[in-house]
Parts: sequence; structure tokens; C-alpha cells
Amino acid sequence: MDLQTLWFILITVLFSGFFFFEGFDYGVGILLPFISKADQERRIVINAIGPVWDGNEVWLLTAGGAMFAAFPNWYATMFSGFYLALFLILVALIARGVAFEFRSKDDHSGWRRLWDWAIFFGSAIPALLFGVAFANIVRGMAIDARMNYVGTFFDLLNPYALLGGLVTLTLFILHGALFLEMKTDGALRERVQAVIRVAWIPVLVCVLGFLAFSAVQTDMFATVTVVKFVALAIAVVALLSVIAAIRVKRFGLGFIGTGVAIIATVALLFSTIFPRVMPSSLGAAFDLTIYNASSSQYTLQVMTVVALTLVPIVLAYQAWSYWIFRKRLTTQSKLEY
Amino acid sequence: MDVLTLARLQFGVTTVYHFFFVPLTIGLAILVAMMQTFHVATGNEKFKRMTQFWGKLLLINFAMGVVTGIVQEFQFGMNWSEYSRFVGDIFGAPLAIEALLAFFIESTFLGLWIFGEEKLSKKVHLATIWLVAISSNLSAFWILVANSFMQNPVGYHIAASGRAEMTDFFALITNPNVWLQWPHVALGGLTTAGFFIAGVSAYRLLRSRKTSVEVRETFRMSMRLGLAAATVAVLGTMIFGDLQGQRMADTQPMKLASAEGLWNAESPAGLSMFQIGDEDARTSIINIRIPSLLSLLTFHTPGGQVLGLNDVQHLYEQQYGPGDYTPPAIWLTYWSFRAMVGSGMLMFLIGLVGLWLGRGKKVIARKWFLMALVGAIVLPYLANSTGWILTEMGRQPWIVQGLMRIDQALSPNVGVVDLLITLIGFTLVYGALAVADVYLLQKYARSGMSDGGNADAIAMANAAGKPDGLYLSGK
Ligand code: HDD
Ligand code: HEM
Ligand code: HEM
Repeated sequence: MDLQTLWFILITVLFSGFFFFEGFDYGVGILLPFISKADQERRIVINAIGPVWDGNEVWLLTAGGAMFAAFPNWYATMFSGFYLALFLILVALIARGVAFEFRSKDDHSGWRRLWDWAIFFGSAIPALLFGVAFANIVRGMAIDARMNYVGTFFDLLNPYALLGGLVTLTLFILHGALFLEMKTDGALRERVQAVIRVAWIPVLVCVLGFLAFSAVQTDMFATVTVVKFVALAIAVVALLSVIAAIRVKRFGLGFIGTGVAIIATVALLFSTIFPRVMPSSLGAAFDLTIYNASSSQYTLQVMTVVALTLVPIVLAYQAWSYWIFRKRLTTQSKLEY
Repeated sequence: MDVLTLARLQFGVTTVYHFFFVPLTIGLAILVAMMQTFHVATGNEKFKRMTQFWGKLLLINFAMGVVTGIVQEFQFGMNWSEYSRFVGDIFGAPLAIEALLAFFIESTFLGLWIFGEEKLSKKVHLATIWLVAISSNLSAFWILVANSFMQNPVGYHIAASGRAEMTDFFALITNPNVWLQWPHVALGGLTTAGFFIAGVSAYRLLRSRKTSVEVRETFRMSMRLGLAAATVAVLGTMIFGDLQGQRMADTQPMKLASAEGLWNAESPAGLSMFQIGDEDARTSIINIRIPSLLSLLTFHTPGGQVLGLNDVQHLYEQQYGPGDYTPPAIWLTYWSFRAMVGSGMLMFLIGLVGLWLGRGKKVIARKWFLMALVGAIVLPYLANSTGWILTEMGRQPWIVQGLMRIDQALSPNVGVVDLLITLIGFTLVYGALAVADVYLLQKYARSGMSDGGNADAIAMANAAGKPDGLYLSGK
């Protein structure tokens, strides 16, 4: 395996990590205004992700940094191509990040309501738009000979991509609800369970629709590779087991199930485009591939050493942090946010 | 306005805004970690109250640093895609390492510090804040490695494809530029935190009639710690700044000339104190100077020759072909340099006066001095912002010194409308955030730690299921 392929896999891993971790953060943020009645309950919901949301967001920053370092042309084409979409995502992430910190530091109800909605929109917009973005990449975008996206913002809002956005949105809501189920207690927990009992339905509809649509709009099923087949099989099995787990009220298992489904979906999308990183809809000659987008061999070597040493350490202390905060939050808990 | 102007304006605005929060985080994290260390070592409750009070202000500031930082990370690809293609091979590496090595530690352990107090042992809890402090300084190192490449490219070659490629990672991280820039910036951060603590403490002491003796004692202690840290740090900042000035004569003579508003070479060169110039005619109109001082500062001998803007322009024309190599606004670099150095000196003076007034066990109770300290909070912010304006504007028209000009760096597919939307959007969002941030900071700085039983008040309010004023136990 060459270093370009290794880095393609590493970036897949980083995006999988990002969607796995930030996925439930976004889901929890989206549920916030609807699931919790009193202010105390809202604080419990926010504190459920309080210690970890920033660490989760760094997965995105690392994925972006890794693209920049290993595939500068990918980074340049994608970030300039999704210009306005990324602007919306940035505004959302800004609003959401400060909201966690600011919300409970003042007790005017107007102040708190403002930041609750900041958390809602700040979570829902990226949850939707990241799906739109990745569906567009898989579908192919108007990329010219100089590797620049030459379409418009509205070209990005095609039905296939929007459906991709609904997949991530609904999946993250379910993922977040399952996470919240493990972190809460009492009446709040019962309300979360009620949400979970219906939230899997839109996920299933969107995912099945997306797969069918993919057969028409992309070359996902044009060729069959082992990796694609395995990823697809795992995604489907994971989703079905989520439904089964919900029926028998094994919500922890359900959470693992949505997590696996998310990772398998990312793997399916990335293995569909491989060895391209951004297929061009203007002709295969303009495709960005792991070779014409990559850094020099030397840089890839340096970054490989760096990543293979640091990523395991990061995983270790993040796991430790989740272990420390494994307990349910109750009305007796000390709340920081 | 054209695309280039808008893109630069946007980068300048968002980056200076990001750097409003960065230095305080860098410095305050260290000082809070020290306070907590004192508490763990001595068991003294005063240090615990200090840790809590300044820790909360750190968190509010940190959140702003985080959300504005994300914008920075995305911007290179969004607005400067040609630049990203050209230097990505080199520039991406420190950015990725910064995230992997620093941001992950910072964010994970800050979460553990905030939420883990009751779940971790005292020592482990103390270790978490130290990890935050160390990693925020490490993050500064890595981003400055990237920035230093733009000021002084090393460890690269220009490949057949025309882009710059890394040939020596070690050269990149031992870039002489970064080993002056990093200490200068980190010590500037400590200076910022020191004056912030001293200023807020002075404010509380000025209006402390109603507060308890305990709280007053705590703020007095804070003020001393802040002043001592700031005085030492500002001295260090100035020493490294002096060294940077000498390097600049070597690697970026145009920047030095623009910092001095020096049009033509002089030996010995005088240090300009006040100048009004005519940039179109490329000469100065009024210039009040101290003879020989610039040569002395730059070369440590009174006779050294300092090149002027016109000389460097000629040199660069020969080296890089015809074109305008003079930074776009000499008045701005000139006055930025004076604002930075001036506030540095003023801060050092204030620090010395404070240490003199507070010598021995005597209390600093001079009202005029406390009021001066409150006002002095703006000084480090002024120095930090003007320092970056000098560094970045003085490098123009180069985006990477000697390798790429700024007009070659833009994203070709991003137009005026796109830029207007994002520029106005970010400005509005940042403006609104500033209002919310200042509101919270002043509210907390005013009334936080009004009595000793902060933790108990929170626990009681929580148990009663009531939304409490959280950290505002005085309510
Ligand atoms: C000298 C220090 C310094 C400088 C020049 C910059 N930053 Fe910064 N940045 C920090 C020092 C820092 C920090 C101290 O590490 C911050 C500030 C507060 C914080 O939470 O971390 C931070 C936060 C921060 C974050 C959020 C990290 C998180 O989620 O925890 C990102 C993505 C960036 N920065 C990226 C950048 C980029 C791309 C810059 C270049 C234009 C930049 N920063 C300039
Ligand atoms: C946080 C501290 C920083 C501040 C306050 C700052 C400030 C500025 C300012 C004011 C400009 C505008 C110059 C002009 O248009 O003439 C600029 C330009 C630029 N800076 Fe920085 N800078 C900072 C750090 C960095 C770092 C760390 C990097 C790279 C890693 C960087 C990369 C750039 C780039 C690419 C430009 C070109 C765009 C432009 O000229 O507007 N800056 N910066
Ligand atoms: C006598 C005092 C000082 C001198 C002689 C000095 C000198 C310099 C010089 C020459 C630069 C440009 C470096 C370059 O572009 O290569 C610089 C940048 C800068 N200065 Fe200062 N400085 C002084 C005080 C301060 C103080 C007190 C602060 C903040 C508290 C500060 C903050 C900065 C910052 C943030 C930068 C931009 C980053 C960098 O390039 O290092 N400076 N300073």
C-alpha cells in the first residue's frame, strides 16, 4: 500500500471519528429545546455532552488539518468550493460553542432561551450540511482543469445531496437520543425513550432512499469491491440491529449500533470515490485523485510518523475521559454548564 | 472593492479578533495552574478562591478563542486556495500537528478540569490544568512554525510542478524566526494575563467597601501575582522583540524600513519618534529623530547602515523583477510599531511602580495607582494587535516572503459577492459575540467571589432544583 492510500484511509478514519463523536453531540443539541421541560432538565441535557463536545469537535479540525497536510489540493478545492456552505457551518459552530459556555452563566430566561436556540440551530445546520457536502462529493461536482469548483451554491442543493443531508440529520438525532438515554434519569429519560421509539423510522426511510438514489446518481454500485460490499453490509446490519435493540430496550447496544452504522456509511462513501478524492462531473480527466491532490512523498512520510504515534495516544486519553464521565446525570449532580 | 482587498480585510479582521482571546488564554492558563498548585501545596483556601474566580474568566475567554479559531482553520482553503495549493505541502503539516498534539489535549483536559473536580484526585485534577496550560502554549508554537515559514521560508525547494515542497522538517521547526517569535508571543500572553489579573483586582479593590476582608485579601494577593508575572514577562517580551528587530534587518529589511518609516539608507540611522510622510512621493515631511539610535538598536554599534524603503525596493526589483515591493500602508506599520513598543515600555514602568509600592508586606493602597491599573488592561491588547499588524502588513506584498505575492494567493472561484456575504456575516456575528462576552465578563468580574462559600451555594441551588446564578454566588 502506498502512502497516498494510507492517508486516504487515515482521513476516512478521522471523518468517521468526527461523525461518530460530533454526531451524538449534534443530536443532543437538536433535541435540547424539545426534550427538556424545566431549566434544570435543559442543563442536564447540556451537561451530558459538556465535558466532551470540544474534544469531539477537534476531530473535525484534525481531519481538516490532515487534508491540508496530506492532500493540499483536496483541501483547497473542497474548502473554496463549499464556500458559502462552510460559512453557514462556521457561523453555526461559533454560535453553538459559545452557547454551551455562556448559557447558564446568567439566569435571565430570555438569555437562556436565546442560547438554547443557538445550540439547536448550531447543531442542526452542520448535521444537515455535512451530509449535503459529502453526498455532493460522491455525486461529483463541476471541477475544472485548474481543480476549481465552477458551479454555484445552488447547484449544491440538488435532491440527491439534500437527501444525503437528511440521512445525517436523522441518523445524528437518533444517535444523540441513544446517547442521552444512557446519561439521563427519571422523567427526562422516559421522554428520551419515547423519542427513540419513533426516531429510527425516518432514519430507515432516508437511508434506504439514499442507497436507492445512489444507484442512479453515483457509481456506488457500478463496480463491486470487497470493501464497499463489507461496508454496505455492516451499515445495513448495524441499522437493523439498532431497531432490534430499541425494541428490547437495550439502548446501550443501540448506541453502538448507530455508531457502527455511521462509521460504515462514511467508509462506504469514501470507498465509492476511491482512488479519487473529488470526482469531477465535467469529465474524468478533471477528477482529483489521491495522486494529483497529494503532498510530496517526504511530507507524507513525516506526517505518517506523526500520526501513527499521536493518534493512539489521543484515543487513549479520550477513552479515559469518557470513562471518568460515564455516570448518569441526575438532579443531584453538580452541573457546570 | 476588489476581491483582494475584501479577502485581506476579512483575514485581518477575523485573525486580529481571534488574537484578542488567544494571548489571555495562553497566559491565564499558566497563572491559574500556578494558583491551583499553591492551593494543593499549602491547603490555603485563598488560593482555591483565586483558582475558581480566575478559572471562570479563563473559561469564558477560552470559549471565544475556540470558536474564532475554527474560522481561521477553514479560511486558508476558503479564501486563499491558490496559496494552500502552493504551500500546502509544508504549511499543512504544522497545522495538522497543532490539532493532533495541542488542540486534542487542550479540549479534552479542559473538559476534565471543569467537570472532573469531584471525580479526580487532587493531584490528577491539578495535572489537567497544567496540561491545558502547556498545550495552549504548544499550540502557539505550531501555528507560529507555520507563520514563520511565511516570514522566513526554510527547509523547502520549488518542485517541477511549481509548488513549494518540504525537504527538511527539522529545518522547519528550528526556523530561527520561530524561536524568537514564539517566546515573544508567549511572554506577550503572560503579560496580557498579568495585566488582566492586576487590572480586574484593582477594580475590585477600588469598590470593595462592602466585601469581606477575606475577599479583599484574595484580590490583593491576585494583584501582586499579576503584577509580578506581568513585569517579568513584559521585560522578556521586550528582550525578544529587540532580537526580532535585529533579525528583521537581515531577513525582512523592507519590514524594518516600513516599521521605521525610513525612506533612504542611513548610517548611522536615527530612531524616528514622530513622523508625517508622503507615501506617494516616497519621502517624509516631518521627522523628529534621535540620532544614531536605530543603528545602535539594530546592530549594537552606532555606525551600522540601515536600508531604507527605496533601497530595498531597488534591491528587490533586481532580484524579483519589476513591481512594487513596498508595503501598502507605511503609516500603519510605523505607528503600529510605536504603539507596541510604547505600550511595552509603559507596562514595564507600571509594573516597576507597582512592585515598588507593594514592596515588603505593605499594601498597595494608592487609589491613583489602582485606577491606573484598571486603565492599563488595554495596553497588552493594543501591543498584541499592533504587533501582528506590523508583522503581517510589513511582509506585504509577499504572502510568503520572496516566494509568492498576495495577489497570486486568492481563490479564483470566490467572487466579490461571496466575500461580501462572509465579511459582513462574520463582522455581525463577531460584533454580537463581543457584546455578549463583555457583558458576561464584566458581570462576573464585578460580582464573582462575593463570599467564600461558592461551591456550597451551587450545591444547594442544584439540590433544590432551582436555576441558580451559578457562579454568581453573591446574588
Ligand atoms: C500564538 C498563538 C496563536 C495564534 C497565532 C493562533 N492561534 Fe488559534 N488558538 C490558540 C493560539 C493561537 C490557542 C491559545 O491555542 C487557542 C485560543 C483559545 C483556545 O481555546 O485555544 C486557539 C484556538 C484555535 C482553534 C480551536 C481549537 C479548539 O477547538 O480547541 C483553532 C482551530 C485555531 N485556533 C486555529 C488557528 C489558526 C488556523 C490560526 C492562524 C491564522 C490561529 N489559530 C492563530
Ligand atoms: C493570531 C495572530 C495573527 C494576527 C493578529 C494576524 C494579523 C494579520 C493581518 C492584520 C493581516 C492583514 C495584512 C494585510 O492585509 O496587509 C494578516 C495577513 C495574513 N496572515 Fe496573519 N495574523 C496572525 C497570525 C497568522 C498566522 C499564525 C498565520 C499563518 C499560520 C497567518 C497567515 C496570514 C495570511 C495567509 C495572511 C494573508 C492574507 C492577508 O494579507 O490579508 N497569520 N494577518
Ligand atoms: C520594546 C518592546 C518591543 C519590541 C522592540 C518589539 C519588537 C517586535 C518586532 C520587531 C516584531 C516583528 C517581528 C517580525 O515580524 O519578525 C514584533 C511583533 C510582535 N510583538 Fe512586539 N515588541 C515589543 C513589545 C511587545 C509587547 C509588550 C507585546 C505584547 C504584550 C508585543 C507583541 C507582539 C506580537 C503579538 C507580535 C506579532 C508576532 C511576532 O511576529 O512575533 N510586543 N515585536
